[in-house]
Amino acid sequence: MKICVLVKEVPDAAVEKRIDSSTGRLDRAGEKNLNPYDTHAIEAAMQIREGGAVEVEEIVAVTMGPESAVRALHKAVSLGADRSVHLSDDALAGSDVAATGYALAKAVEKESPDLVLLGQQSDDGECYTIGAVVADHLRMPSLTQVIKMDVADGALRCERQAEYGYDTVQVRLPAVISVGDAINEPRYPSLKAIMGARKKPLEKVAAGEVGIDAGLVGEDGSRVQCGDFHAPEAKPPGRIIEDEDTNETVEQIVAWLEERKLI
Amino acid sequence: MADVLTYVLHYEGELNKNSLGAVSEGAARASEIGGECHAVVVGGEDLSDHLCQSLGAYGARKVFRGRGPEGLAQPVVDVMAKVIDEHGHAYALFGGGLLGFEIGAGLAARKHAGVTMEVISVRAEDGKLVAERPILQDSQISVSRYKGDLGIIIGRINAFEARTVDGGSAEVVDVDVEYSPWSTQAEMVERGEQRGADVDIEGADILVAGGRGLGTAENFKLAEDLAAAFGGNSAVAATRAVVDAGWYPYAAQIGQTGKTVAPKLYLAAGISGAIQHKVGMQSSENIVAINKDAGAPIFEFSDLGVVGDLNKILPKLTEAIKAKKGS
Ligand SMILES: Cc1cc2nc3c(=O)[nH]c(=O)nc-3n(C[C@H](O)[C@H](O)[C@H](O)COP(=O)(O)OP(=O)(O)OC[C@H]3O[C@@H](n4cnc5c(N)ncnc54)[C@H](O)[C@@H]3O)c2cc1C
Ligand SMILES: Cc1cc2nc3c(=O)[nH]c(=O)nc-3n(C[C@H](O)[C@H](O)[C@H](O)COP(=O)(O)OP(=O)(O)OC[C@H]3O[C@@H](n4cnc5c(N)ncnc54)[C@H](O)[C@@H]3O)c2cc1C
Repeated sequence: MKICVLVKEVPDAAVEKRIDSSTGRLDRAGEKNLNPYDTHAIEAAMQIREGGAVEVEEIVAVTMGPESAVRALHKAVSLGADRSVHLSDDALAGSDVAATGYALAKAVEKESPDLVLLGQQSDDGECYTIGAVVADHLRMPSLTQVIKMDVADGALRCERQAEYGYDTVQVRLPAVISVGDAINEPRYPSLKAIMGARKKPLEKVAAGEVGIDAGLVGEDGSRVQCGDFHAPEAKPPGRIIEDEDTNETVEQIVAWLEERKLI
Repeated sequence: MADVLTYVLHYEGELNKNSLGAVSEGAARASEIGGECHAVVVGGEDLSDHLCQSLGAYGARKVFRGRGPEGLAQPVVDVMAKVIDEHGHAYALFGGGLLGFEIGAGLAARKHAGVTMEVISVRAEDGKLVAERPILQDSQISVSRYKGDLGIIIGRINAFEARTVDGGSAEVVDVDVEYSPWSTQAEMVERGEQRGADVDIEGADILVAGGRGLGTAENFKLAEDLAAAFGGNSAVAATRAVVDAGWYPYAAQIGQTGKTVAPKLYLAAGISGAIQHKVGMQSSENIVAINKDAGAPIFEFSDLGVVGDLNKILPKLTEAIKAKKGS
C-alpha cells in the first residue's frame, strides 16, 4: 500500500494571524510550522504501517506552497514519511479551495496512491473542504472528520461523528480520508529523525510537470474572490478575574451570579 | 435566470432544521435576484411525495428527488451536478452540517465553481449573491464574490433560520441519476449511533459544560457536583473532544454536530471555545468560563471569564453555592 499525506505550512499558533490589506491575502511573515491537524494524518499513516494488517511500502508527504513550505515537509518526514513532494509554482499563488484541491489532486495523481490522508482543517484558512475537492478530481470515495479507521480486505472501516450521532462507513480503496484530531495522539519526532529529515528524498515539481492547467489555478483561475475584510460587530468584553486567592475568586463569582439571580 | 439550489438533509423521515433554514434563505435571496429556490433530496422510501411537497412551505418551488444512499456526500454531488447541468442554477446553498461541507466542496470540484464556507450572511448586490464569512477565529469578516456560472455557499450552523412562507406545496421532480463509480464505493454501515447515556440538556436553565481541561472522565464529577449544587433545572454538557474520547455521552454534546442550547447560565470549565462549540451555545443569556489559559478564545465571548485552574476553583465554587442555597 502506498499512502500520500497532504500537509500544509501555516503560521505558528503563537503568531497573530492577520490579513495583509495591500494583497488581501494572509500575512505569512513570522514563524511558520506544520499545520498541527496534519500531524494526526501522518500519525494515522504510521499506525497503518505499524498495525501490520497491510504492508505499507511508502508514505509520501505532499505539499503545495511557496519555497518556505519545505519546512513543513521536513517536519512531516521527521514524523515518519519516507519522502516528500513539493508542488511549488508562482502560477499557484492565490488559489482558492477549488483550485488548491485541483492542483493537489494533480500532484497526487502522479503518485497513484492507495490512500490519501489529510488533516481535518488548516489552522489558517479553516476551510475544512480540501479533502472533498481532491477526492472528486481523483475520482475516489472520500470521508472527512474520521476518528477511527481500520484497514481490511481493500477497504477502510471508518467512524466519525456526523449530524445525528456516530456513523460507521465502509470505504473501498483507493480513497481520500480527512482525519479528525481525536483519531490519535501524534508522536514526537526523535532527534535522530529531525536530523535525518533533510537527507530524505524531496522532489520539487512545477505546475506544468504534473499537468496542471494554468487557467484553473492561481488568483485568475479561482472562482471566488475574498475581500472587503472588516472587523465583526464586537460584543462588549466581559469581566475577567485572575485567580490568585481562590476563596476570593469564588466569592466574586458567587456575587456575580447572585446579581443576575442565577443562584 | 438566477435560481438557487439547496440541499435538504433528512433522517428517519424528518427534514433537518438547518436545511430548512437554507431553503428559507435560498427563497428570500433568490427572489431578490429574480429566481426561484429549489431543493434536492436524496434517499429512500421515506422521501414521500408529502414530505417533499412540504418544502414548499419554506419557499421551495421545486424539489428534485434522487433515490440513493443516505448520509453520504458523493451521491448527492452527482444528483446536484445533474440538476444544475439541466437547469442552470446560479447558486448552490447549504445549511451548515458536516454533509453540506462535503457536498458543497465536491460540487465545487465537479463544476469548477467558487465556494465559501462558514457563511453567516448572504445578500444580493447587482443581481448577484455575496456571502460573508468570519475568518481567523472570528476576528475578521471576509466577503466573497463569485466568478463563473455557479457560486457555492455553505452556511455556518444555525446561521439561516427556517421560516414558513405561504408558498403552498412544492412540485416534486424525480431525477434519474447514474451514480459516478467512486460515489458507490462508500457504504453506510451504521448511522446515527448514540454513544453513552440519553441525557437531556436542551431543557436545562443552567448548564455546566466540561471540556478536555477536565483531564479525565472521572473528573466530570466536578462538573456534576457543581450542577447538582445549582439544583433545580440544571445539567452537565460537553464538547466534541471529550465525547470522542468517550468521557461523556454524545447526547450531552453542544455544538456543530451536537445540540444547540440557550440556557440562562452556561458555565464552561476547561473548554477552549472553538468555533464549532461556540455556534451551539452563543445565544446563552449568561456565559461564564473557567480556563487556565488567559488567551483561550472562549474569553472573547464570555460575560465573566475566570483565569485559573478548574481543579482548585470548581470544588470551592460548589461548596459556596451549596452554602448560599442552604442559607
Ligand atoms: C482566512 C482565509 C480565508 C479563506 N477563505 C476561503 C474561502 O472562503 N473560499 C475559498 O475557496 N478559499 C478560501 N481561502 C483560501 C484557502 O484557504 C486556500 O485555498 C487553502 O490553500 C486551502 O484551504 P485550507 O488550507 O483552509 O484547507 P482545509 O480544507 O481547512 O485543509 C484541510 C487539509 O487539507 C490539506 N491541505 C490544505 N492546503 C494544503 C496545501 N496547500 N498543501 C497540502 N495540503 C493542504 C491539509 O492536510 C489540511 O489539514 C481562505 C484563506 C484564508 C487564509
Ligand atoms: C466539522 C467539525 C465539527 C465539530 N463539532 C463540534 C461540536 O459539535 N462540539 C464541540 O464542542 N466541538 C466540535 N468540534 C471540535 C472543536 O473544533 C474543538 O476541537 C473542541 O470543541 C475542543 O474541545 P475542548 O474545548 O474540550 O478541548 P480543547 O480545545 O483541548 O480545550 C481544552 C481547554 O482546557 C483548558 N484547560 C486545561 N487544563 C485546565 C485546567 N486545569 N483548568 C482550567 N482550564 C484548563 C485549556 O487551556 C484549553 O483551553 C468540531 C470540529 C469540526 C471540524
